Amino acid sequence: MIQLPETTEDIVVRLLRLANTKLPEDIGWALEAAAGWETDSIAYSQLGAIMDNAKKAEFLGRPMCQDTGIPVFYVSGRFDSSVRGDIERAVRRATAEIPLRPNLVDPLTRENTGDNTGLGAPFIHYRPTDDDFLQIDVLPKGAGSENMTRLAMLNPADGIEGIQRFVADAVLDAGGRPCPPTVVGVGIGGTSDRCVELAKEALLRPLDDRSRDKSIRDLEEGLFVKLNGSGLGPMGLGGSTTVLGVRVKKEGCHTASLPVAVNIGCWATRRASVRIYRDRPPEFTQGVFR
Amino acid sequence: MRMIHAPLSEEDVRSLRLGEVVGISGPIVTARDEAHMRALEKGPENSPGCLRGCVLFHCGPIVSESDGVYSVVAAGPTTSARMDKLEAEMIRRFGIRAVIGKGGMSSEVADAMRECGCVYLAAVGGAAVTYAESLTVTDVEWKDLGMAEAVWEMDASSFGPLVVAIDADGDSLYESVRKRIRR
Repeated sequence: MIQLPETTEDIVVRLLRLANTKLPEDIGWALEAAAGWETDSIAYSQLGAIMDNAKKAEFLGRPMCQDTGIPVFYVSGRFDSSVRGDIERAVRRATAEIPLRPNLVDPLTRENTGDNTGLGAPFIHYRPTDDDFLQIDVLPKGAGSENMTRLAMLNPADGIEGIQRFVADAVLDAGGRPCPPTVVGVGIGGTSDRCVELAKEALLRPLDDRSRDKSIRDLEEGLFVKLNGSGLGPMGLGGSTTVLGVRVKKEGCHTASLPVAVNIGCWATRRASVRIYRDRPPEFTQGVFR
Repeated sequence: MRMIHAPLSEEDVRSLRLGEVVGISGPIVTARDEAHMRALEKGPENSPGCLRGCVLFHCGPIVSESDGVYSVVAAGPTTSARMDKLEAEMIRRFGIRAVIGKGGMSSEVADAMRECGCVYLAAVGGAAVTYAESLTVTDVEWKDLGMAEAVWEMDASSFGPLVVAIDADGDSLYESVRKRIRR
């Protein structure tokens, strides 16, 4: 029998299935490490239930959380305008096949489109590069964590300390609402709109990926220690596991500005990436491509 | 894990201790933002009877349907704070005995819980497959609100773990954690 090559649409359906049903390995490891140092019994029971659920979801091929979110797509490499239609059809199919929960509504009438597309969705960021592949990253973003997003246009004089205070307040004021232990995405710099994008893009970077930039590493490690010492704990019920990691992404900004944005990922910070080649099968990963 | 059986009496609810981990069996009913708003607008007489005196679950499940048979694919708790402004009135008018959700609720809701005999049970956010495994759909009301917002009547069997996070004295685990937080 002749095996027809998978279409981009088929591949994106697979990508959505992978992201929704399998927890990225780095997050699984971070949860296991947290369970090892957690001494609070309620906190420990929450972590145990989370890990147990992740295993069941993967085994049964079901979404690990009923809030399958709004999938945010990042398209890079070589592509043409047909990629938008491919992704849109894939979202519609994935919603029916996996299934995903239809989450997309008109913001004013609250009417649901029924298939997670329409009214501008799916939301896709495009970044063409000269690579010989098409890369698609997806980040299904649930509302519990997304609703905690914050942007501040700080003064340059507020400095690193101002950034740390703003991020810590955003996480601690959110309490149990974004399903801690969370992954904290921090965007620094850019313009106001770009800064919010950076915070979300930061969530795409695996927890075991060490930044080469010392100022980023110091900020990430400092906030990690501070937030886990806060006592907020899993689900806001107390304990020493409030965050699984802090991911910072920065870009240049105006000399008179210091934009900072926080975009929180729940413990189920779901992500998956694929590279589609012209002459060989696609490569999937939930970490970095080797 | 102590097992409790719905429907719950006021006595059942008042016997639950803050921080206790429980599992629940019997009927539970889902309701989120839209169902709360409609229920309060229509009142108990014109709303589905299952809401009265119920165990209310803040959840928008994924439910699949084939040949008129529903099965629960994923059903974890949603953020309860969105219903903060609606829940106290729900508890008073519908006699809700337990609210299952995540993230906790306001002191105004805790006051209504103390007054009427109701508890807040914290489910583990995102543990949707585990919770779905112990739920079967018995009926659905207000389906026009969409899958996430409809009122799903379910039968729970050893549904848990749930932490008693606001007890019937109105004491809240979230409040005590908040007071201890180091910034």
